[in-house]
Amino acid sequence: MTISEPKSLEEILGFLEGQRNIFLVGCTECATVVQVGGEEQVKAMAEQLEEHGKTITGTLIADPGCHLLNLKRQFREHRAEIEAADAMLIMSCGTGAQTAAIATEKPVHTGTNTLFLGCVERFGQFRELCSACGACTLEETGYICSVTRCAKGLQNGPCGGTTADGKCEVNPETDCAWLLIYNKLKDQGKLDRLKPYTAPKEAQVHPGQRTLSREGGEA
Amino acid sequence: MSLRPVLQSDKFIVTGEVGPPKGVDLTHVVEEVKLLAPLVDGINVTDIQAAAMRVGSMVTCHLIKDLGGEPILQMVTRDRNRLALQSDLLSAWVLGVENVLCLTGDHPTLGDHKGAKPVYDLDSVQLLKVAKGLNEGHDMMGAELEGKPDFCLGAVVTPGGNPVEMQLMKMEKKIEAGAEFIQSQAVYDIAAFASFMEQAGRAGVPVLAGIVLLKSAGMARYMNKNVAGVTVPDDLIAEMAAAGEKDKAAKAEGKKGGHQVNASIEIAGRLIRELKPLCRGVHIMPLGWGHHVPAVLKAAGL
Repeated sequence: MTISEPKSLEEILGFLEGQRNIFLVGCTECATVVQVGGEEQVKAMAEQLEEHGKTITGTLIADPGCHLLNLKRQFREHRAEIEAADAMLIMSCGTGAQTAAIATEKPVHTGTNTLFLGCVERFGQFRELCSACGACTLEETGYICSVTRCAKGLQNGPCGGTTADGKCEVNPETDCAWLLIYNKLKDQGKLDRLKPYTAPKEAQVHPGQRTLSREGGEA
Repeated sequence: MSLRPVLQSDKFIVTGEVGPPKGVDLTHVVEEVKLLAPLVDGINVTDIQAAAMRVGSMVTCHLIKDLGGEPILQMVTRDRNRLALQSDLLSAWVLGVENVLCLTGDHPTLGDHKGAKPVYDLDSVQLLKVAKGLNEGHDMMGAELEGKPDFCLGAVVTPGGNPVEMQLMKMEKKIEAGAEFIQSQAVYDIAAFASFMEQAGRAGVPVLAGIVLLKSAGMARYMNKNVAGVTVPDDLIAEMAAAGEKDKAAKAEGKKGGHQVNASIEIAGRLIRELKPLCRGVHIMPLGWGHHVPAVLKAAGL
């Protein structure tokens, strides 16, 4: 799931300066669960913007906002409301905002900062687990990602910064990832997995934008 | 000459450390190096220590070389990717630097440019392996070098890490990757270090125990609270606190103090004497008290 946080109203109003008629776009997926661009947040944003003199020409909770063809179809269904707008405010994630910018000729603004890929631990509580590094080594590290969960992304064991209570010296709120890995593999009797040298990752380096084409994949 | 001959000798090894300043006035560093060089086997130069921006390690190592000392270049993987790390290693060799201590380095958020992008393209084990590869005449992609270095490579360990097995496993990986000597985080608890060395002894490369000069009881308490893997026992804190009281009283009477300095020197000297049978040497980190190192060595009977 893509975890985002709302930008401040002040920053959003700055983006919208000189643009009176606004079309709001949320998303049924991550942005709804993360509560930055679900029905409720889009409604609240509409009210706030109206209080600041804007006219909301319409709203859409895209299903989902990162699916270009679906989004284009949904934009066509809202053609009149979008045509009446000076700009769109996208309240999902960075991918959603850019997908919208491809799907429409209208100026697009984002209402969020996208933070990380994470799991939902419980209502309103999210945790980053994967960095999408493209070279998964979870099999060696007891399904605790050292690239993501170690502050330094270390691959060959801990630094000297494990605190006495098992936290990371960089962030005392966070468990030392390598201690978690060590304890898990120890419990499983698999500590030997930590002994071989792990070579530097190659796939962390990408020449610009990544794309993936899968034959037979759904459009 | 690198550290290698002294590592292979029976000598009790002593290394020191200097930290370059933030700014281009290296007067203090030059003074400390002149004092330390004749007394120690090598002088570490920290690499943007504590992630606080300052003069670089490589140029300071070169300066030490000019002053007749044996520099140990600390190289962290925090600030440079694999291209820059390898290039800087080759450059350091060209400047006459023959010893490199490979570390990951404190995270930028602990330093004074908290928004700096942390690189960590390699970790310390990987850097050791890459440096060893340069010694063998090839870069990390296997391309042949036109003239190769012959670095004496070192690594660090935190003997007070918990669990210690996790630190030992990593240390063994560092040795396998190319570390020829190990310098440790500060040691104050001799019994705990002895137990660490019982397990670390198998590793077969010289371990130099870390000595950080205590400046006050407050500093000791600060380290206990904030420096992972370092524990200053209560009796040493009490010793420093008592000296601090004496200094306070002396100051009130308008007399010369110096009790804390003396206690610090006495403690460091005692620690070194107690560590001598346990390991191959000590690495003294004076943290600006380089001018007291001669007295520490005297107190240690070295």
